[in-house]
Amino acid sequence: MGAYETQGFKMDNSGKRVVVDPICRIEGHLRVEVNLDKDNVIRNAVSTGTMWRGLEVILKGRDPRDAWAFTERICGVCTGTHALTSVRAVEDALSIKIPENANTIRNLMQLNLHVHDHLVHFYHLHALDWVDIVSALKADPKRTSELAQSISNWPLSSPGYFRDLQNRLKKFVDSGQLGPFANAYWGNPAYKLPPEANLMATAHYLEALDFQKEIVKIHTIFGGKNPHPNWLVGGVPCAINVHDTGAVGAINMERLNLVKSIVDRAKEFVEQVYIPDLLTIASFYKGWLYGGGLSSQALLSYGDLPERANDYSPANLMLPRGAIIGGKLDKIHEVDLKDPEQIQEFVNHSWYKYADESKGLHPFDGVTEPNYKPEGPNFKGTRTKIDNLDESAKYSWIKAPRWRGNAMEVGCLSRMVLGYLQPKQFPFIKETIDGVLKKLDVPVTALFSTLGRTAARGIEALYCADLQVKQLDKLIANIKAGDSSTANVEKWDPSTWPKEAKGAGFTEAPRGALGHWIKIKDTKIDNYQCVVPTTWNGSPRDGKGQIGAYEAALMNTPLAKADEPLEILRTLHSFDPCLACSTHVMSPDGQELTSVKVR
Amino acid sequence: MTETFYDVLRRQGISRRSFLKFCSLTATSLGLGSAYAPKIAHAMETKPRTPVIWLEGLECTCCSESFIRSAHPLTKDVVLSMLSLDYHVTLMAAAGHQAEKQLDEIKKKYKGNYILAVEGNPPLNEDGMYCIEGGRPFVEILKETAADAKAVIAWGACASWGCVQAAKPNPTRATPIDKVISGKPIIKVPGCPPIAEVMTAVVTYMLTFDRLPELDRQGRPKMFYGQRIHDKCYRRPHFDAGQFVEQWDDDAARKGYCLYKMGCKGPTTYNACSTVRWNDGVSFPIQSGHGCIGCSEDGFWDKGSFYDRVTDIKQFGIEANADKVGGTAAAIAGAGVVAHAALSALKKAKKSDSAEKVTGDN
Repeated sequence: MGAYETQGFKMDNSGKRVVVDPICRIEGHLRVEVNLDKDNVIRNAVSTGTMWRGLEVILKGRDPRDAWAFTERICGVCTGTHALTSVRAVEDALSIKIPENANTIRNLMQLNLHVHDHLVHFYHLHALDWVDIVSALKADPKRTSELAQSISNWPLSSPGYFRDLQNRLKKFVDSGQLGPFANAYWGNPAYKLPPEANLMATAHYLEALDFQKEIVKIHTIFGGKNPHPNWLVGGVPCAINVHDTGAVGAINMERLNLVKSIVDRAKEFVEQVYIPDLLTIASFYKGWLYGGGLSSQALLSYGDLPERANDYSPANLMLPRGAIIGGKLDKIHEVDLKDPEQIQEFVNHSWYKYADESKGLHPFDGVTEPNYKPEGPNFKGTRTKIDNLDESAKYSWIKAPRWRGNAMEVGCLSRMVLGYLQPKQFPFIKETIDGVLKKLDVPVTALFSTLGRTAARGIEALYCADLQVKQLDKLIANIKAGDSSTANVEKWDPSTWPKEAKGAGFTEAPRGALGHWIKIKDTKIDNYQCVVPTTWNGSPRDGKGQIGAYEAALMNTPLAKADEPLEILRTLHSFDPCLACSTHVMSPDGQELTSVKVR
Repeated sequence: MTETFYDVLRRQGISRRSFLKFCSLTATSLGLGSAYAPKIAHAMETKPRTPVIWLEGLECTCCSESFIRSAHPLTKDVVLSMLSLDYHVTLMAAAGHQAEKQLDEIKKKYKGNYILAVEGNPPLNEDGMYCIEGGRPFVEILKETAADAKAVIAWGACASWGCVQAAKPNPTRATPIDKVISGKPIIKVPGCPPIAEVMTAVVTYMLTFDRLPELDRQGRPKMFYGQRIHDKCYRRPHFDAGQFVEQWDDDAARKGYCLYKMGCKGPTTYNACSTVRWNDGVSFPIQSGHGCIGCSEDGFWDKGSFYDRVTDIKQFGIEANADKVGGTAAAIAGAGVVAHAALSALKKAKKSDSAEKVTGDN
């Protein structure tokens, strides 16, 4: 594949090839190769998932009630969302209805994950693409204080506070041991913030690091620990007892008060620190609107957060479901995870084998036979030392999922755009986005960019922080109304199950649409497939040469310095890549080949 | 340019008083008693910051996520003051060539003096190319980096035992790090993930005393992995009294009775969950109503369902004991419970059968 056109992008791999591997500040292992033209503009982009774990085959033959624990370990960053998806898949297969309280507690845990994950992403995985820590050394603490106080009521904002922090930073830099900040891109002309904004953001980087550990305590209260809290098919494992003897061994008034204090503080932090920082940073970068990629043409969301238990229809979801294709924002398509024509995975450019690779496979019938073969006329290196990959051949451990044949972008931006387009159901999203656009004085099309993706994540964090408070109110009201039930055990015993069953579970993980498909036979898992957000966004090309969302988003972006991949990192990080999730887990067919031999 | 640990704390605005308080807390959380606090203080006043290289193989990043949850000491202080986290892909600002250069420089500059912390493990099938970093197999990078390390920490179940990707049939041949690294002291800190404060305590112990914690036969620090969760579980009196949860959300569950019959692996799991607890001591799995799944034990994925009673698992010697204790208590508590114990014995026989079948399939 030399020069060609796809999805409105002109692909040209004739220019200088630049490799970035490892991509840091993400979950897992990702490699990117790009071709630059003479002006250092990206004219071809190749994204490669570089790890594979094979969890689906490991699940075969196991107890479906255990699957949540296995799949939860797909990712420790978006911890819990795979577990929730898994219990939903099993409940769908076995027609298990969960109590109202269980639904609300699950919502609280999922909302909690979104707030935590978005906050940690913004400050600890993404901020350094916009914020130059070394420049913060030159800031005037007094003016930093004025800046901070002009945008927020957050109390940690005095000149003395910023002066102390700056002194600590200075000494840290002078020590010569820069730790995680060593050898980065400080001083790169693509950094646009004034020193004072850099100092303020650096202070909040550290405050957010302290605070994030508080947010997750909601998982600890309901699930016993974080990362990787415990879940239950049929409900939630924690019992509720607010009135009687033994309440101290259950969710009681003290526990609910602890949850209350956390949801209130989380909302306050998002409102007073995260959002003002986001708006400040965005105001300096609003001229840098690269990185839109597929977002203006192909968006997908499965939706999440059922308001009432057991109703997974779009009208009952607090995060929107739907698909947009061909850039037609006025038509939101219905999404059905069980329709074999909608979601299909292709492996033409992935290190897997199908009997017939001209066709995609629906996850219920998924096949994953690994076939590691770096090759192609432009491949450089050896089997165990890759210098350059060739995108005309197979080049990634990620499969290429397509929705009705289209490469799609999933994640915060998809959800927020779908919410924006349905203001009746999602007034909060519509109003918040309009407010942000007005404040920054940019048109709605500015959303379709790297910055738009980053802003959408902040807006969603605000939405979720607000919903957390409301869901807790709902839980308390339901308990007050006399309902303390948290688990439905009618079908706990496998002897009550049908001989064969299949089901699909979905969530909106922080990074986007997440689906699990399960087949149960004789009370054991017969087939298990996951299609995860980073499989969508990090997808390689398909048989038609259509590129994935990461690849599309990198296209046509100019680099300030060809040897410093700052802009590449900025755009990739705006998706919040999670490679442990994306690297496809394999299906029952074809796996024994390696496993049996090696043991 | 070497600064002492104490210098760093002081210049970061930590008062002498807070510093001593920290030393005393550290001593207590390590189970050393307050008499050790001055020793810790002295060590910290005279020691430079130790470089740490943190590598990630096949994993899910739950260990890093747990690490940043540490409440005492705060992760901010660990990273900025107590050690020099010179390479950590999930946190570091640089990427690509700049990241690789950083790794090379640290290895050279601190040859024989850095700590290697490993999260995840290397897959050995496909010549190691199920986990690629910088175009090369992760296992090569791991071996090279281990060669000049002073000591190696195996974070979590992945690095220690293999964890989920090594569960049967282990399609990538994911391998615990002690099987590919030789000639280096390896401290295993298992759990999926380990408790944040246990992770930072192990690190501060090494920095403070300049030696490895005492390890058990399996390579785990005795101070945190020397006792079973069951030994220190606050629900243990209910076990001894024969008061068990029989079904999710039943009256016994609402009273916080023992979860043994719901499959709790506390009786066979060595970890600090029931004492240190999770996330600044807020709770731990049993306290929140779900049994322990045994995530710090070797091969915990392949020991039957998480909801099978530990009696169903043959390889442990102590189950008969646990059942006997529970059974004796039940006999005292009433004949009804004894009848239930008989039913459980039947269930046990049936379950073992099916458990064997599952193993056979895999």
